Amino acid sequence: MVSLAHDISTVPGVEIAVKDVSHRFDLEGAPLPVLDRVNFTAQRGEFVALLGPSGCGKSTLLRLVAGLEPPTQGGITANGEPIAGPDPSRVVVFQDPTLFPWRNVRDNVALGLEAQGLLKLRGARVEETLLLVGLEDFAKAFPHQLSGGMAQRVALARALVNDPDLLILDEPLGKLDSLTRLSMQGEIVNLWRRAGFTVLLVTHDIEEALLMATRVIVFSERPASIKADIAIDKPYPRHRDDPDLVARRREILGLLGLDASW
Amino acid sequence: MSLVSIEAASSGGAPALPSRETLARAALAIAAGAAWLFFAFVTENWPDVGEWGRGPELALAAGGFGGALVFAGLLGGFFPRGAERLRRYTPWLLALGLFFTLWQATTAKFALLPQPFFPPPHALVEVFADDWPKLWESVVASIRLELLGFVAGALAGFVVGVSLGWSRAFGYWVHPVMRLIGPMPSIAWLPIAFFAFPSSFSASIFLIGLTTGFPVAVLTWSGVASVNAAYYDVARTLGASRAFLIFKVAIPAALPHVFVGLFMGLGASFAVLVTAEMMGVKAGLGFYLQWAQGWASYANMYAALLVMSLMCSGLITLLFRLRDRLLSWQKAEVQW
Ligand SMILES: Nc1ncnc2c1ncn2[C@@H]1O[C@H](COP(=O)(O)OP(=O)(O)O)[C@@H](O)[C@H]1O
Ligand SMILES: [Mg+2]
Repeated sequence: MVSLAHDISTVPGVEIAVKDVSHRFDLEGAPLPVLDRVNFTAQRGEFVALLGPSGCGKSTLLRLVAGLEPPTQGGITANGEPIAGPDPSRVVVFQDPTLFPWRNVRDNVALGLEAQGLLKLRGARVEETLLLVGLEDFAKAFPHQLSGGMAQRVALARALVNDPDLLILDEPLGKLDSLTRLSMQGEIVNLWRRAGFTVLLVTHDIEEALLMATRVIVFSERPASIKADIAIDKPYPRHRDDPDLVARRREILGLLGLDASW
Repeated sequence: MSLVSIEAASSGGAPALPSRETLARAALAIAAGAAWLFFAFVTENWPDVGEWGRGPELALAAGGFGGALVFAGLLGGFFPRGAERLRRYTPWLLALGLFFTLWQATTAKFALLPQPFFPPPHALVEVFADDWPKLWESVVASIRLELLGFVAGALAGFVVGVSLGWSRAFGYWVHPVMRLIGPMPSIAWLPIAFFAFPSSFSASIFLIGLTTGFPVAVLTWSGVASVNAAYYDVARTLGASRAFLIFKVAIPAALPHVFVGLFMGLGASFAVLVTAEMMGVKAGLGFYLQWAQGWASYANMYAALLVMSLMCSGLITLLFRLRDRLLSWQKAEVQW
């Protein structure tokens, strides 16, 4: 699927190929299958939303793509190279901002550069990124002094400062109030359109997926397998009452077995 | 009453009555001053039942202090800022003035408390005035021994705690040893330690270190073990090395726990310090106490106790300051 916003040859993103990935956890001796032969390829610069019922295995899939754990079966490649472990070119924003409470905003954002020993070389990126997410005035604030939306912005900046090829978002807006959520949806789309990285976004909000992504993958109940893979060829900014999107939403609700309740 | 006119003058001409608060503030300061003046009067003018030095000097100092308090109470209307600050202390100053008077009366004046076990205030003043070089020497010796043992024990406990939280192999060997030895009071080692170490001084450093090290190790360990796993995930996806995970994630996250261990260790180590000084080390406040007991100099013992409590409190305060500095990112906690 080709993203509308970019010419594939010039974008800096990465191609992520998930090949026949199955995953099991060990739950008190009994195996708990979580992913069931998941197959998809996210092209460079694509914005892929992953939708599925709660507990089906979406976060697990993201952890595998991030390299935090190896899959039980199958393989994941980035630009054809197998993913063997975490790498700062693939960064994750979790549902909880998980800022380090002992570091102020600037030092939290600088975390990746510091860990990679690049702080001296690329320290200016920290200020730029703070400016990008509109938190330049809070550089010295500590996490406990921030609102939920601000904290999530810091988490976003902490990821973006590394100029990632892949941004992995695990329900990053899930805990925010609806107004903050709307504005941050727009911000993330703008950041992506400007920088051109690949995005994998897990969300439980169908509307959010339809407003933001170029492609929506719908998962079944646990163990998750792909139920549908839907391209959203719509220019930005999108409107929630666009008839095409409304039709798509009905379709997805049907796939999730929720059409009767809406 | 003069207070009224003072207040009126200070409020720029308009003859306003002083507020209730102003009056209460002044009354408290004057009452406190009166208590100290009375203490001075009792000390100077009522006859002592025994021989204690430095009565006149104490009376002079207490009288001067009481006079100053009364003066401050009368002039408080002119300096509301200063009076407000003084107001915080006047209830305590009043209570102290009364307590000293009572102490003076029940000891030197009427000997209601058994003598010579309860010396009067001016006997303590005499100790501080005449024996301060030896007291000072003892404080320095105590602090030196305490700090050497505490710092060594805290460092060792910290390293052991971090290693326990991080390395399975280290835990396999050290955990059982720590479970066996840790809970035992270190004092029990004292007889052996005095033999096994080249000097009672080094033995005491070891004992104080052991006392400090155990709680520090356990709490550091539990702190490292309870670090939110998501912090590690975040750091790993951002390219953190193992060393970064230990020094920039695990240790800062565990630091609040570490400080709980340090406070426990410091508190427990005072007991070992004093015991070690009484049992073998020929210096320090514990030794001074022991020595004073040998001469039945009760005033010296009380003086040493007072100095000792100031020293312990001071060391705890220093640790609180250090914590406030290192953990300034936490929301405000108890104020020591
Ligand atoms: N580390 C783990 N150990 C055992 N079970 C786990 C672990 N992580 C997740 N699970 C289980 O795997 C399933 C999928 O979890 P997750 O991927 O977080 O779902 P979601 O789609 O809501 O993000 C859940 O049933 C969860 O209990
Ligand atoms: Mg999840």
